[in-house]
Amino acid sequence: MDYLIQPLEYAFMQNALAVAVITATVCGMLSAWLVLMGWSLMGEAVAHSVLPGVVLAFILGIPFGVGALVFGLLAVALIGGLGQTTALKRDTAIGVVFTSLFALGLVLISTVTTSTHLQHILFGNVLGTSRADLYQVAALAALTATVLLIKRRDFTLVAFDRTYALSIGLPVGALTWTLLVLLALTTVTALQTLGVILVVAALVIPGATGFLLARSFGPMLGLSAGVGAVAAVVGVYTSYYWDISTGGAIVLAASSQFLLAYLFSPRRGLLARGVRRLKRRRA
Amino acid sequence: MTHEHAEADTPDPTATPPAQLLEVTAGYPGVTALEGVTLGLHPGRITALLGANGSGKSTLFSTLLGLVTPRSGTVEIFGRSPHRARRDNLVSFVPQHEAIDMTFPVSVEQVVTMGRYPHMGLTRRPRAADRKAVEDALAATGLDTYRRRGIGELSGGQRKRAFTARALAQDAPLMLLDEPFAGVDRTSERLLTDVLHRLRETGTSILVSTHHLDGVKDLADDVVLLHRRVLASGSPDEVLTEHNMARAFGAVIAEAG
Ligand SMILES: Nc1ncnc2c1ncn2[C@@H]1O[C@H](COP(=O)(O)OP(=O)(O)O)[C@@H](O)[C@H]1O
Ligand SMILES: [Mg+2]
Repeated sequence: MDYLIQPLEYAFMQNALAVAVITATVCGMLSAWLVLMGWSLMGEAVAHSVLPGVVLAFILGIPFGVGALVFGLLAVALIGGLGQTTALKRDTAIGVVFTSLFALGLVLISTVTTSTHLQHILFGNVLGTSRADLYQVAALAALTATVLLIKRRDFTLVAFDRTYALSIGLPVGALTWTLLVLLALTTVTALQTLGVILVVAALVIPGATGFLLARSFGPMLGLSAGVGAVAAVVGVYTSYYWDISTGGAIVLAASSQFLLAYLFSPRRGLLARGVRRLKRRRA
Repeated sequence: MTHEHAEADTPDPTATPPAQLLEVTAGYPGVTALEGVTLGLHPGRITALLGANGSGKSTLFSTLLGLVTPRSGTVEIFGRSPHRARRDNLVSFVPQHEAIDMTFPVSVEQVVTMGRYPHMGLTRRPRAADRKAVEDALAATGLDTYRRRGIGELSGGQRKRAFTARALAQDAPLMLLDEPFAGVDRTSERLLTDVLHRLRETGTSILVSTHHLDGVKDLADDVVLLHRRVLASGSPDEVLTEHNMARAFGAVIAEAG
């Protein structure tokens, strides 16, 4: 028990743990839909595209979340626009847009900031979380989680059967955009903890794990959020005791849960499938 | 199944045609799928929309639902725009669904419950009336015992029944079904036909597309023969003549010998 409590005597560890758990939980929730929408790459794209926004915000002296949000949405709009005005497939449009924006971010960074800043933006700096950061992240996370929970059945129908959703008069376009805006918001909140490079892990791995474990969407959503939260706790503590990268430890803790689900999931796991195959051969 | 369209602005189903197209031309960039299509459904009857693959059946449904906007001509559902009609829950739809995600974690019962969304509040939490409608729809389509199955764990025919059950639960005065008999076994075909006949008795108007000739006489009161244009429409006996079939399905019938 001491092992768990002792690190929390430091204020920076309290902040780090809180911000990591909040971030990873909301990312986990969102990832459940991203996985079902086939939007895993979209998470990657938004995460990388916010980089120039962050740097510009730094230059202009405005909150970096604002810059990140603007560029996250810009990326989404550009990807959608390219898809509509050319015959390019979606993954191609995504690849063109986010690498370009990310490169723009790198160039901007090289002109203005020190390499420490670059490190923090790329890999996160959860141990440097201030109270103010924490409150900002908590507010954005609360907003995102509320919208996701209130409209969860509508989002799920849109993901499952877009045509039918349209046929019963759901505002499918608005719902899709809401989800994309929430994706951009969540990415911004997760930068502090995970950085640009690893955010996508938090936006994909929990959902993928929930998908392997659950038979229906409600449990999948709960499991995805849970995987995120557990990964955050395990990651923050292991990084404290072993003195390893916090963002990296959080992601690896999520990957480990995915691996366990892949092996031992009662329905879709490797083990269960093997047992079923054996039984069938015996029968 | 009872009709509980209690809202004051519910149309009188006998006064206006459930669906009406006037000189509708529609399609996609570079493709004209419908050309000068004029057609009106009769209230409380089953109309079969008959046509070969690519004849524009799915496009006609999309136009009725307002998902494809006609280049010219007008479309009305109970005298309203398709957009209004969708919002007022006047129309339920069973899509053709060639590409549904079979791995989606959703049970049959949950799929059918989606049909109740137009009756539900902000968070779509089911109430007693919703649960009852879902029960009735599951029973009518013979899916009671499959309710906990994942949607991907059903046979093709059972899946069509599940999507029909969802439209039934919606309880709208006009039902559109796009090829519900495609890839369906005999049992499911008989069952679906019975479901539609019983639905007709409640006064619901039904438009059902098919490219199977067998069973049309059994199923429908009226037939519309489509091949980009309306080739013929009227009673099954009037429409299902050898001459008409050759015009609509020419190549296919010649192949079948
Ligand atoms: N989304 C689409 N984009 C472009 N062309 C389409 C699309 N959907 C259908 N078409 C074309 O429109 C015509 C009518 O198709 P459709 O309405 O699906 O016919 P049916 O349902 O009778 O098989 C066909 O030539 C088809 O290739
Ligand atoms: Mg079709």
